[in-house]
Amino acid sequence: MTQQRCVLFCRCAFARVVPDEVKNDVLTHLVDRAEPFDAVGDLCEMSARKDPMLADLASQGNLTVVACYPRAVKWLFSAAGAPLAAEGVEILNMRTETAASICNRLDGKPSEPLLSGESS
Amino acid sequence: MIAKKSSTLRVLVYEGRDSLPIPGELRLELIRSLLDQGYFVSAVKSEGKLAKFSQSHILVLGRFESMPDALATDASEGTQVHVRNIDGMSAESIRGIVDEVSQTADGIVDDPGAAGASASGPRWKPWFPVIDYDRCTNCMQCLSFCLFDVYGVTKAGQITVQNQSNCKTDCPACSRVCPEVAILFPKYKAGPINGDEISADDVRREAMKVDISSLLGGDIYSMLRDRSAKAKSRFSKERDDDRALKERQRCLNKMQQAVDSLDIPVEVLSSLPSADTIRERAEQAKQKAQQALQMNAQKPIT
Repeated sequence: MTQQRCVLFCRCAFARVVPDEVKNDVLTHLVDRAEPFDAVGDLCEMSARKDPMLADLASQGNLTVVACYPRAVKWLFSAAGAPLAAEGVEILNMRTETAASICNRLDGKPSEPLLSGESS
Repeated sequence: MIAKKSSTLRVLVYEGRDSLPIPGELRLELIRSLLDQGYFVSAVKSEGKLAKFSQSHILVLGRFESMPDALATDASEGTQVHVRNIDGMSAESIRGIVDEVSQTADGIVDDPGAAGASASGPRWKPWFPVIDYDRCTNCMQCLSFCLFDVYGVTKAGQITVQNQSNCKTDCPACSRVCPEVAILFPKYKAGPINGDEISADDVRREAMKVDISSLLGGDIYSMLRDRSAKAKSRFSKERDDDRALKERQRCLNKMQQAVDSLDIPVEVLSSLPSADTIRERAEQAKQKAQQALQMNAQKPIT
């Protein structure tokens, strides 16, 4: 039996660095889905307070964090004394990815295909 | 005074057993507004267990036909479960309930250093350095550079961020003097300081900026203060307030350009303490860094 994947969404409520459109669309998608999820106002703020809930979150085996740059998320948890596990944690970056791409990945679908004519 | 959002309260938007579905628009509006206020929110649509987290208060919001007493028994020992029926209520009214429970829950205090929002107080933008220990070499340059006592050293001799709220909002200068690109400000506008991946060009560029800091005598703040003092002296002779203001802005801009590589906001430059205080703080910071380096040098090599 596989363990259910936990999803943690960061609203980045105390700054304007994540595009509103992306965070609103991803949140709408999460709210409309049947799966449970956890959401925080601002991971940076929780890290600054060394919020014990970060340790609870970090202890979740299969965790997808929808926030910003993976390096930032990793060290924010670490700074709060709640290091993320080396394996089983996926971090989706709302500063660089589109809402559609993130929603697809949350649903276990492949990311958006490249536009026709675009090559990698 | 800023109301601290409780680290002990978790708000559960509940649509599990013994409850009716919450209309989609209300659910979204409610969750979004709670998050914008800094709350920790969980959404559960099927069977939900409350024992997942160890905080002392859980507020369960749902459209209950009868109050689900069984929910309370799901929670961890020591957790107080507050259940509220939100049937027929607006998002605003529900938020009022959350605020009320938040205010009365144990451990919630007014904390000027804490983030969050209140009706009356401003928010603290969570702006502070985060150290990437995969890159940090414990060189203590950040400790030596920062005048605001943001950095400290652990008993084990490792550099650490000890006073986040002392950090000057939007100032990433310490990350600019870090030779290893090991200091992040997750809310910074650009990479790699915001946590973006680091390229070889980034490392080269940061090293060049450290050289600039060395060229300035390694004491950027003193240089800034001297220039600021000279500018103030000139302003005191000015009789035309408008001209003085323009001149001050021009000088600040010039000063900013001189240390553009450090990206110190004008607000921080213009609010620097007196020259004597700067010298004193710089000396203290330097001493702390030297002590830490000496302590680490004396450690046996393992």
